[in-house]
Amino acid sequence: MTLAAASHGFLSPTGVEIAFLLVGLVTFGAAVVTVTTRQLVHAALWLVVALGGLAVEYLLLTAEFIAWVQVLIYVGAVVVLILFGLMLTRAPIGRSPEADSANRWAALTVAVASAAALVWVVVDAFRTTWIDLDGPAAGSTAVTGASLFQNWVLPFEALSVLLLAALVGAIVLSRKARPARAGEASPGGASPSGASRSGTSQTGGAR
Amino acid sequence: MHLAYPAVLSVLLFCTGLYGVLARRNAILVLMSVELMLNAVNLNLVAFDVWLSRAAEERLHSGQALTLFTIAIAAAEIGIGLAIVLAVHRNRGTSDIDKLRDTAEGHEPDGPDTDTPATGTAAEKAEATA
Repeated sequence: MTLAAASHGFLSPTGVEIAFLLVGLVTFGAAVVTVTTRQLVHAALWLVVALGGLAVEYLLLTAEFIAWVQVLIYVGAVVVLILFGLMLTRAPIGRSPEADSANRWAALTVAVASAAALVWVVVDAFRTTWIDLDGPAAGSTAVTGASLFQNWVLPFEALSVLLLAALVGAIVLSRKARPARAGEASPGGASPSGASRSGTSQTGGAR
Repeated sequence: MHLAYPAVLSVLLFCTGLYGVLARRNAILVLMSVELMLNAVNLNLVAFDVWLSRAAEERLHSGQALTLFTIAIAAAEIGIGLAIVLAVHRNRGTSDIDKLRDTAEGHEPDGPDTDTPATGTAAEKAEATA
């Protein structure tokens, strides 16, 4: 071991490391249950545990603003969207044996092989690297807001335009696609998709 | 804190999501696995940003800014993805990605969509796949 390892005490974890390890075990276990359970709604609820565990990990890494954004957006919005999606696609309540496809073992082989390779490379590369968590928080709201609105303003605004485009796109995609009526769609629409879209835009207001 | 802890946890979460993407059959479960992979990348970004902000005096906080952007883009992605899954489910009656084989080569198209001669389904399919 080098000097860096000697100064920190190799294999003598601090309290933050132990907390990180325990919460990490819970997070990883919840993620594994998410991708292996056969009950679709349970998978979404275990995803809440995994994402909430990641928020705690962000707090332990002193990135508190990211942690609250994670709780608000992922646990608050994305999981609710997923639950609504499961409900609207009439997902079966209870065990559904069709949840896993036939190439499960090939997928497991690929995942285990890539995990082994990546863990080996990462541990070998950052064996003597420590994060200094003392002092002021590296990700408090003041620090993150200052860096975001001093250095990252243009990507931030571009992202707001992207969110608007995604909102409009989701609305367009999830409108009920009515079959095009013969009278009002045939003269203007050259392609079938344009015809049905003009038909839905005209009939959408009436319904 | 040793940097290997968040890095290894991130690797494990990413590979869990990789297994889910490859092994799941329901499209919404695949989307959930994609969310797991994105979260693994976010954890990596935050850990390396906290490390570099002390070790290399990095004042841009680019890792945390990128994490916020990734979270916002993931929210947009899940919205669009669920809208597409709902459109496919409405047109085909299934969200099983193993049965959506219209563009597959070397396979006969099977599933409930080949024998539905209703009028207007062609336009709906074109809109769903466009």
